[in-house]
Amino acid sequence: MSDTGRPPLADVLGGLLGPAGPELTCDQCFEQLDRYVELELSGSDADAAVPGMKAHLEGCPACGEDHDSLRALVEDRPSAG
Amino acid sequence: MARTSADGGTAVHEASLPTIPSSPDAESLAWIDALSGAGQQRQEAIERLHALLLRASRFEIARRQRAFGDNGSGALEDLATQAAADAVMAILNKLHTYRGDSRFTTWAYKFALLEAAVKVRRRAWQDREVPLQQDGWAQLADRSAAPDADAETAELLGAVRRAIADGLTPHQRAVLVAITLNDVPIDVLAERLSTTRGALYKTLHDGRKKLRARLAADGYVLDHLWEGGTP
Repeated sequence: MSDTGRPPLADVLGGLLGPAGPELTCDQCFEQLDRYVELELSGSDADAAVPGMKAHLEGCPACGEDHDSLRALVEDRPSAG
Repeated sequence: MARTSADGGTAVHEASLPTIPSSPDAESLAWIDALSGAGQQRQEAIERLHALLLRASRFEIARRQRAFGDNGSGALEDLATQAAADAVMAILNKLHTYRGDSRFTTWAYKFALLEAAVKVRRRAWQDREVPLQQDGWAQLADRSAAPDADAETAELLGAVRRAIADGLTPHQRAVLVAITLNDVPIDVLAERLSTTRGALYKTLHDGRKKLRARLAADGYVLDHLWEGGTP
């Protein structure tokens, strides 16, 4: 946020124009999310393994939040089950 | 919420996904065996799954608790319980789609997190009017004249504003402004417009694509917006 409490202009423009590259759909994102998060946490190249995921997570606020939550939960409970 | 059916098959389809071999670990296979079975063993597995998903739902709701004005713990626990129950149903219906690309628990968590997140977003907006255009539209006009806008950015903002006004359909414009300028959660907007998250994102994606094409045709260089991977 800027000093005025508003998002920086670059963020406003980024949100309006969205990611430039190919991206997954919301359905594809949900389908791949668990695999993507485990690849991220294992240090693997998740973006190469799931092309289009990073762009979608940047372009879709809801899927981005879902990703952050799943990653945080798996980090918090690595051996749950 | 049954996510796949809820999205109605709408697709952006710009990225292709590779198929990778899957090899579920022993613990994941045990989950699948127990949940696919019958009788007492299956019932016990469902109860363990529900307990696991209830913890996941509580985790998600705790992360989003600031979205609530009332902070009513009873209502939040009800949401967590409902999300866990809905997630169990979704998982049992989709058990055959688990391919072992991740641990079963990670795969299962995402259903609970989605159910909880959607419920939290909708609850946070339940008594609020969804601003489709006015607020964000005025904000965009203000921002081009704001002190933090350099000349180049102000010109680009003006061009974006013109492209939104002239180049998008009314529906594309309403969706774009609501989600990106008015911060209306896509699930909330989908519910209010009686459509799906996937269909709305397709609309948003198509609108953004039109905007980028229009700006590029008008000679604006946008590459710097995506330097570093984030627009």
